[in-house]
Parts: sequence; structure tokens; C-alpha cells
Amino acid sequence: MDWNVIQEYLPLYKEAAVLTLRIGWIGILFAVILGFICAMIQHYRVPILRQITKVYIELFRNTPLLVQLFFIYFGLPKVGLPVSADVCGAAGLALLGGSYMAETFRSGLEAVETVQMESALSLGMKWFQAMRYVVLPQAISISVPAFTANVIFLLKETSVFSAISLMDLMFTAKDLIGLYYKTTESLFLLVVFYLIILLPVSIAASLIERRLRYAGFGN
Amino acid sequence: MERAEELLKLEHVKKAYDGQEVLKDFSLTVHRGEVIVIVGASGCGKSTLLRCINGLEPIQGGRISLQGQVIDGRAKNIADIRQKIGMVFQSYDLFPHKTIMQNTTLAPIKVQKRIRADAEKEAEELLQRVGILDKKDNYPRQLSGGQKQRAAIVRALMMHPEIMLFDEVTAALDPEMVREVLDTMLELARSGMTMLIVTHEMSFAKAVADRVVFLDDGVTVEEGTPEEFFERPKTERAKRFLHTFEFDSVKK
Ligand SMILES: Nc1ncnc2c1ncn2[C@@H]1O[C@H](COP(=O)(O)OP(=O)(O)OP(=O)(O)O)[C@@H](O)[C@H]1O
Ligand SMILES: [Mg+2]
Repeated sequence: MDWNVIQEYLPLYKEAAVLTLRIGWIGILFAVILGFICAMIQHYRVPILRQITKVYIELFRNTPLLVQLFFIYFGLPKVGLPVSADVCGAAGLALLGGSYMAETFRSGLEAVETVQMESALSLGMKWFQAMRYVVLPQAISISVPAFTANVIFLLKETSVFSAISLMDLMFTAKDLIGLYYKTTESLFLLVVFYLIILLPVSIAASLIERRLRYAGFGN
Repeated sequence: MERAEELLKLEHVKKAYDGQEVLKDFSLTVHRGEVIVIVGASGCGKSTLLRCINGLEPIQGGRISLQGQVIDGRAKNIADIRQKIGMVFQSYDLFPHKTIMQNTTLAPIKVQKRIRADAEKEAEELLQRVGILDKKDNYPRQLSGGQKQRAAIVRALMMHPEIMLFDEVTAALDPEMVREVLDTMLELARSGMTMLIVTHEMSFAKAVADRVVFLDDGVTVEEGTPEEFFERPKTERAKRFLHTFEFDSVKK
């Protein structure tokens, strides 16, 4: 391995990592919002919307991100809605992630016994107060392990962004290998940068999970 | 003698689940300060009745009112009415993510906008009265079943309800814990609280009730003082029901 090459490549990878993180976090943020809304619709059986979200969840959970990205990137311009690669990446991740997050939050909500909502209501709380102070805190902490697994999964999925010519880590590595054939150095940096992004998330996740398990409620 | 104020009134209440009638034509008037025990076979609709009173279940006919205000789970004022109705469920329904102190002060602070320090002071007094003040900073999972139910009673009392509903609050408890919960309820009755109690503890019913209501097949079959009901039941159905709590001696 040639350390001079690595030093030379480093800025390129840094730039790519920033892009991966930027699009990754925006995508995940919207995935959380979308997933939460879908979970509430599913759990409280809102008519019509419930069927729509069901179709959405199944569609996106059961197709690869790459296919979804192609549809957004090449399909939308055909119907007069051109999107930039950045937006396309974030939107694809948000849609894929939303379908996973929806299932995660829904099973969290389902794990909270109905008597919790009822006893909150019977104390005179309004529905949204019961939700905010009683049901959601429990549902969210039940969801945490699946939630963090989703975040890690989604960050890894960003590696297909290169297919819509986003200059992410994967794109950078492939590009450099194609141009200069420094395969070892390129791949080494690729692995290191993914670890730099994902390890802190994994460690934070397991710390949070341990705290939650320690505080683990349930009768 | 002048009768006390009519607090809770159920008039010809009908309740069905998917066409299957549970309450057929149920009427009951509860006066301030009265303690009414409702008994009946499993599945006769006792829990359903309490849930209807709290607006947790919609009714298909008749009228339920508290101090003249109609109780309707979908009406705007339902949260205000529910504050006046304390309910304790059979399953331990404390909030597992909150300490006992937080459980008992959450609604007073968030719903009634009481000052935290005042609410905590009152909670401490009540927890002291039911003998679990030392558990105030514990989580529900760290309490025994009996302690949990006493905490649930305190949580309901913190809202200063006009009436308390109890749905078989000792049914899930080990025998040695039943007593402490029933004692708490007896003391509450003595202090003048209006109470509607569903229970299978017949000797407790005898001790606490001003009136016993026997529910069967969706209607009140018999109603009277504990002496009348337990010693001289009038109907065949009541006799048969009471018989299930007795054992015939096998010794000759
Ligand atoms: N949510 C529900 N949907 C459909 N049927 C129900 C529902 N809840 C209760 N029932 C039915 O209504 C009837 C009365 O139930 P309820 O729980 O009120 O009885 P109960 O008198 O409290 O019995 P127990 O003494 O066992 O607690 C039962 O036949 C029950 O199967
Ligand atoms: Mg019941």
C-alpha cells in the first residue's frame, strides 16, 4: 500500500463522505417523519389513507433501492418533473426508509397495551396528551432497537447512490480505480470511511439500547 | 330524611358489541356518598358497564349522566367529566415509564395545571395514607401487585373525583395482597367517597356496600342492602349465583 496515494486521495474521500452523510441524514430525517405518519395511520386505522399507506409500505419494502432510484431519477423527468441527483438520492432513501420506519413504529405502538391509553383518558387527559405523555414515550423506547437497525441499514444503502452519478464514497472509489488502477488504496479508504461513518452510529445505538434495557419497564 | 344529591344516573342504558347485547335496559341512580357493589357472573357485563360510565365505550341507547351532564365519549366536555370519575382497572395500569410520584402527579399537573410542588405534597400525603410513601421514587415494576393497585387508587384520587369506579381491582392479586387493597377501599368508603365497585370478594361486598346490585343477562335482577341480598335473596337466579361461592361440607 502506498501512503502517498492515500494522502492524495484523502480529500476526495472526505468530500464524498460529507455528501453521503448529508444526503443520508436528510433522507433518514424524512424517513422518520414519513414512517411516523404512516404508523399512526395504520395503527389508528384511518380509512382510505390506511390502504394507501399499506400499498406504499409493501411496494417500497419489497423493491431494491436501486430500482426506486431509477424510477425517481429517470422516470420523473419523463412526466415533466426533473429532479437533481441530490434530491433524488434523499427522496429515494426517505421513501425506502419511511416504509421500514413505519413498520418499526407501528409495532412499537402495538406493543403498548390499550389500557394505557384508556387509563390516561380516564384521568381526564385529552387524546393528544395521552399520546404525548403516555403512549408515545413507551412506543418509542420499544422501537429503539429496530429504529437504530434501520438507521444503519439506510446508511449502508446509500452506497447505491453512485448509480445515479452522485459522487458518494462508492462512486469515488470506483472512479479512482477506473482512472488509476490503485485498487488496494481505493478500497482500503472506502472501507475506512464507511467505518468512520457507521461505527459511531452502531456504538451509540448499543449504548442507548443498554440504557433502555436497564431502565426496562414492564410489570 | 332528605336524600343526598343524585350524582350518577344511568337510564335505560343499552350496550351491544356487534349486535350482541351486553346491557339490555340498565338503570341505576347513585347518590353522593353511596357505596354500591355490583356483582354478577363472569361475562355478564360488569366491566362493560364501568367502561360506559367513563365514556370509554359508546352506548346504543339510554342515557348516562353525572351531575346532570350527559356522558358521551365523543363529546367535547368528556375530558372534563372524566376528571370527576376516578377509575381503577383490574390489570395494573400504572404508566411503566414513570415513577410512582410521576404517575400520581402527571394528570394533576398536565390536565388540571396544578403547581408541581402542591401536587407532590398531596401525593405524598395520599401515598402515606395507603402505606407506600417509601415507594414514591420507584418504578411500577419494582412494586408488588397490591402496592401497584394502591398507587393506582392514589393516582385516581389525585384528580379529586366525585365518584370512584373499581373494576375487580383485587382479581389479579395474590391472596395476601388482597387485604391491603380492600382495606384502602374500606377506608375510602368511610371517608365518604361515592364508590361503584365490581368485585368477587363477597365478604368485602357485605362489609363495604350500602347497596348491592346483581347483574345478570344485561339487566338488574336484584338490588338491595347487603343483608337483604346475601341473607335473603329473593330471586332464584341470585340464589344460584350466591351458591357458587359456598362449598357444601363433605363431612357427615
Ligand atoms: N371489546 C369487546 N368486543 C366484543 N365483545 C366484548 C368486548 N368486551 C366485552 N365483550 C363481551 O361482552 C360481555 C361482557 O363482558 P365484560 O367484560 O363486561 O364482562 P364482566 O362482567 O366484566 O366479566 P368478568 O367478571 O369476567 O370480568 C362478554 O360476553 C364479552 O365477551
Ligand atoms: Mg370484568
